Amino acid sequence: MSTATNDGVKARPLLSLRGINMTFGGVKALKNVSFEVLPGEVHCLAGENGSGKSTLIKVISGVYRPADGAEIVFDGERISHMTPAMAQSRGIQIIWQDLALFPEMSVAENIAFQTLSGSRPRFVNYAAIGEIAAEALARLGVTLDVDRPLKDFAIAQRQIVAIARALVGEARIVFMDEPTASLTQSETDHLLAIVRALSASGIAVVFVSHRLAEVLEISSRITVLRDGALVGVYPVEGMTQSKITELMTGRTFDQNVRARDVSQNPVLLSVSKLSRPGEFEDISFDLRRGETLGITGLLGSGRTELALTLFGMRRPAAGTIVLEGRAMRFASNREAIASGVAYLSEDRLSLGLNQPQSIADNLVMASLNRILSGRLISPDKKRALVARWIADLGIRIGKQDDAISTLSGGNQQRVAIAKWLATDPKVLILDAPTVGVDVGARAGIFEIVARLAETGLAILLISDEVPEVYFNADRIIHMEKGRIAGWHDPRATTLKDLEAAVYA
Amino acid sequence: MNALAARFNAIFGADMAGPLAALVAVLIVFGFASPHFLTGATFGSVAFQLPELGVLALAMLMPILTGGLNLAITFTANIAGLTLAWTLQAKGGIDAGPGAFLLGTALALAVGAASGLVMGLVIAFTRAHPILVSLSMMIFLRGLGEFLTRGGDISGFPTFIAPIGHGSILGIPVPLLILIACVIATHILLSRSKLGFSTYMIGSNIESARYSGINTRKVLVLVYMLSGVMAAVAGIIMLARFNSVRVGHGESYLLITVLACFLGGINPFGGFGRVLPVFVALIVLQLLSSGLNLLGANQHLTTAVWGILLIVVMVLRWLSAKFIRSVK
Repeated sequence: MSTATNDGVKARPLLSLRGINMTFGGVKALKNVSFEVLPGEVHCLAGENGSGKSTLIKVISGVYRPADGAEIVFDGERISHMTPAMAQSRGIQIIWQDLALFPEMSVAENIAFQTLSGSRPRFVNYAAIGEIAAEALARLGVTLDVDRPLKDFAIAQRQIVAIARALVGEARIVFMDEPTASLTQSETDHLLAIVRALSASGIAVVFVSHRLAEVLEISSRITVLRDGALVGVYPVEGMTQSKITELMTGRTFDQNVRARDVSQNPVLLSVSKLSRPGEFEDISFDLRRGETLGITGLLGSGRTELALTLFGMRRPAAGTIVLEGRAMRFASNREAIASGVAYLSEDRLSLGLNQPQSIADNLVMASLNRILSGRLISPDKKRALVARWIADLGIRIGKQDDAISTLSGGNQQRVAIAKWLATDPKVLILDAPTVGVDVGARAGIFEIVARLAETGLAILLISDEVPEVYFNADRIIHMEKGRIAGWHDPRATTLKDLEAAVYA
Repeated sequence: MNALAARFNAIFGADMAGPLAALVAVLIVFGFASPHFLTGATFGSVAFQLPELGVLALAMLMPILTGGLNLAITFTANIAGLTLAWTLQAKGGIDAGPGAFLLGTALALAVGAASGLVMGLVIAFTRAHPILVSLSMMIFLRGLGEFLTRGGDISGFPTFIAPIGHGSILGIPVPLLILIACVIATHILLSRSKLGFSTYMIGSNIESARYSGINTRKVLVLVYMLSGVMAAVAGIIMLARFNSVRVGHGESYLLITVLACFLGGINPFGGFGRVLPVFVALIVLQLLSSGLNLLGANQHLTTAVWGILLIVVMVLRWLSAKFIRSVK
């Protein structure tokens, strides 16, 4: 590995951390981590979910206080105890994945509200905040109607509002947590251009993203964390996606097309001419035992609505669903579950899992009948069922009674999958199963999916990440505006062609 | 210290610490303040007064766990009591037999369940806020009850009713036995039954529960029905203790039951909390009331002290959470 040099001159770092240790309930989240950002550089912070990226950002922004012995130096100033207010006043700005904006308030208020706090008299000068907001947006080369409420704007524009807010706060370093997670390709390109412009104007940007192609495109250096420890700091030249993945996970992954010929397997689920006006029209396909059928398409293609209909949570207006030769008319998802259909929600935070409740309760939630003893829930059976799935899917947990929200995204998703496997399904619908899950954990989830398919489970894999369905599905349906736009065989097409078809 | 805390949590549960500490504090303070406090008489009076409030608190507990509230419990209790009273009167008044009592009890419980059924259906299907729905039911039941009784008392029951309010079996007051039976039943229901499990899941995230195949509407309806039945039990106990029924009786208990639930560590937004700490919290409240009474304090002052207690508990809870974080 070559050592990082910057034109032979070692610039004084803008931000430097050393000896950062952080422990939560006995779990070491950060182990003696150091981290350094140069002025004006675009730096990538890479690592799987649970590797300590978010914890590190929270230490830097003063949300968490690290264990004694930590050293934080910002612009030559040694800070013994960082607080959120200090971080703010020094120009350390964080753009969280959820953006932390106010949807009901105007763009101008969202951008300028920080400058209002504490000023006197305590009246809002709307003309002034409009100007401040417009100026900040102009610096980003964007024009938006600053008087309209934020909720009128799409996620990509909200992102820009969040960045403009950071500029108004006189940012010297901006952390972006998964900024491209919900953006389309052209929106992402625009965002990356903005990041370059920030960097050119002397503002350092720390980019946290699991999309490695972007990381390689935009960053000059990469800091890799794994299991709360520093793996290393690397210059981006000579890096490849697979190399970063290897560093992040400590393992190597083959990205081979997994597709197999399953045309001889018996048909398990047969959907014919299924329609719900305004959502999807005329959907027909057969899903075979042991098959992984991929469904891809942009947001609004009707994928999730189709899945919810198969799961009995919506009634089809026309068409039939035949499961194992029997026509199904589910009155509720309880009937679908009882018939062997399971649905992993795309929204793990509010629909897929019950975040405040325990790991164990989440895991057994859909299969209470299997842990009864007489008419009561047997704590022993419950414990055993949970332990079995935790072991089977290799889920890393502390105690079964810990809240599920304490787990990383990847481990949460495994619990969500386990919840459905515990119902002994025949058809498993996975709707965006890797949202908020990092590279290594993604690979782990698809290993589970492949293993389940081998056991004869029929899997409907829905994802807007084309490579995911390309590498993991046996056949692929491309949906567009509620209709099937095309069928693809991963063995007969290239990823490039498929992406071109979907993103066209 | 930490090992000791771990042992305590393993045996009682972490949410027992507050109520038990409060219990010890009340016993010590009043034990020193009044020589008559730590006597059988105090505990006897507590044992007879606790059950009405206790059973009503159980009626309040389950809706709170779903993230709701049942403000109609006291008037449901009154209407259920009226149902029993009228059944007894219709079957001979003072001369009514045990058969009439059993019939009246069944009808009273059914009335309680019906009150809960209506609220549960409205809450589950219209998603109207439980506070508004149960408030409407409370106003309806009060109006109905006052109309039917013309604001008066219904009394004149057969003598065998009295022991339910005043009798003892093996030295334990009968109403206390009823309360203990209700506490045990609720505890098992919440901690071990599918309904109880679903109650907690709905309380913290109803949509995720629905996506997991929990019949959220059915659970809500059943929870409010059980709440109504529990209120009816309280109504029957009140009938026996006062040997009469009057609409409005026990009205002041309403907010005290909410207080007891929060004192017992029930999450006001639903999803978390257990029966046993609430039970201990109820004992604390009742002891506090009896102790102040012994010291000659005014009844109104007792109410004021209860209010202060709740505020102190909130602050202490915040402080202890802060302390636990700093230790970690």
